Amino acid sequence: MTPASTAAIEVTGVDRIFRRRRDEVVALRDVSVSVAAGEFVSLIGPSGCGKSTLLRLVADLDTPTAGSISVFGKTPRQARRDQDYGIAFQQAGLLPWRTVASNIELPLKLHGVGSAERRARSDELLELVGLEDFGKHHPDQLSGGMQQRVAIARALAESPRLLLMDEPFGALDEITRERMQNELVRICRDTGAAVLFVTHSIPEAVFLSDRVVVMSPRPGRIVDIVTAGGAGLGSSHERTDEVRDAAEFFHTVAAVREHLHGSPVAGVRGVESR
Amino acid sequence: MSAAVTTAVAEATRPRLRLRDLRLGTVLAPLVVGVVFLGGWQLLVDGLGIDPYIVPAPSAIWDQVVAGWSNIVDGMQVTGRNALIGMLVGGVIGVLGAILASLSKVVDQMAVPIVSALSVVPIVALAPVLYTMFGAAVDTGRIVVAALAVSIPVYFNTLRGLRQVSTVHRELMSAYAATPTQVIRTVTLPTATPYVFTGLRIASSLAVISALIAEYFGGPVGGLGKAITSAAASSNYPLAWAYVTGSIVLGLAFYVVTLLVELWFARHTPPTP
Repeated sequence: MTPASTAAIEVTGVDRIFRRRRDEVVALRDVSVSVAAGEFVSLIGPSGCGKSTLLRLVADLDTPTAGSISVFGKTPRQARRDQDYGIAFQQAGLLPWRTVASNIELPLKLHGVGSAERRARSDELLELVGLEDFGKHHPDQLSGGMQQRVAIARALAESPRLLLMDEPFGALDEITRERMQNELVRICRDTGAAVLFVTHSIPEAVFLSDRVVVMSPRPGRIVDIVTAGGAGLGSSHERTDEVRDAAEFFHTVAAVREHLHGSPVAGVRGVESR
Repeated sequence: MSAAVTTAVAEATRPRLRLRDLRLGTVLAPLVVGVVFLGGWQLLVDGLGIDPYIVPAPSAIWDQVVAGWSNIVDGMQVTGRNALIGMLVGGVIGVLGAILASLSKVVDQMAVPIVSALSVVPIVALAPVLYTMFGAAVDTGRIVVAALAVSIPVYFNTLRGLRQVSTVHRELMSAYAATPTQVIRTVTLPTATPYVFTGLRIASSLAVISALIAEYFGGPVGGLGKAITSAAASSNYPLAWAYVTGSIVLGLAFYVVTLLVELWFARHTPPTP
């Protein structure tokens, strides 16, 4: 097996160019980033900066035009076949005709896990996401936040060492969102999984992450990588609600914001002016 | 938190077909319309002395319904049986055809002219031909007519349903490295199921109509269609109308049953736009 020191994700010099007839859209240009095992890394940037595209490339839902990606030292395709990652999208994407428990068990069922073992695992996960009493409910009977928790539980079903999350809290209200962030910190601490997290929200990125990757559009590229650790914040596993009031938290938020809105970085082409 | 969540969930439970929320007005309004309509009809026929061959009074029709009830029920059974078998056969053909068309672009494109032709031709028009084909002493021709009429809407709706799989579900299945068979079983067919039943609901009245009208063109006696034509031919107009009433009841029964089945299968699916 791969040694523990192998990075969860290694992205090197990746380009992704979409060609439509004569049009050419450069979604990603020369992107390199790595996520260590157990590390929480956020991708942040305005719409069209290619952050979701990058996540989809890691998930093998799309293939890069140039460059290389490895997930636990394997190709993304192999990692997908080996179920090395769990994934959650902005839409919970639960199957409405299945109960909550059988939605969580779905990946296990697809991979031939026996029903007793599946049941045990879904009970465990329902407890982890605080929905013990809702296993027999159907998704349409749950609120948006609860559905998203089910989706996260489903992503965790096979105890992946890597979670890919594409704006999982994007459709939730602010209060639910903060509560979900706290829960995600706890879940990551309990499972030790590495996370690649796409978001629009600066505070969310800073609160959750060890490092925040700031991206900019046309062509999508990395502007800078901000470390969100240090005094008053600690590692991504130690965050609590107090962190939201810490001075270091505001400094980091300001630093990320500066990179997002700040003056164009010298030598970068095609910077959008607004 | 948990208590608040529980109440919210209780309110959101099972959104459709809530009988306890059914208002008196919802039931009363159509009843009033029905009574006014029948009363006006009766008054008009009595007051103007309209001959029964033009239109008989509701009371005369009702007398015939009561007097000939067992014959009407027999007719409903014969016609209903043809419609039901036709519906089952046509449903299976429609669903299987749609699955084939959704799997293969070639099949889909080859089917377009045939299905379009079938959907513009009044299928009952085939009845005389089918009687010669299968023999006029059996019900086969009528069942085939009903089955053909049913298969078209079922085919179209199922095909539409098979194409409704959402992007999230498709990508999830891809992320799970699910096999094509698993994708069909786990996502595609369950997504299409409510659409299949929408097709069957639309087809249910067509099945009864087709099976009944096919009887006008010949074949064995006993069904409602034959009863209507022979009552009319012997100038017993109230009896003909009594059989028409039986046909309405039969058609409604088919519709309501398939509607309930559809609601059951769609109970967790958000309503389609």
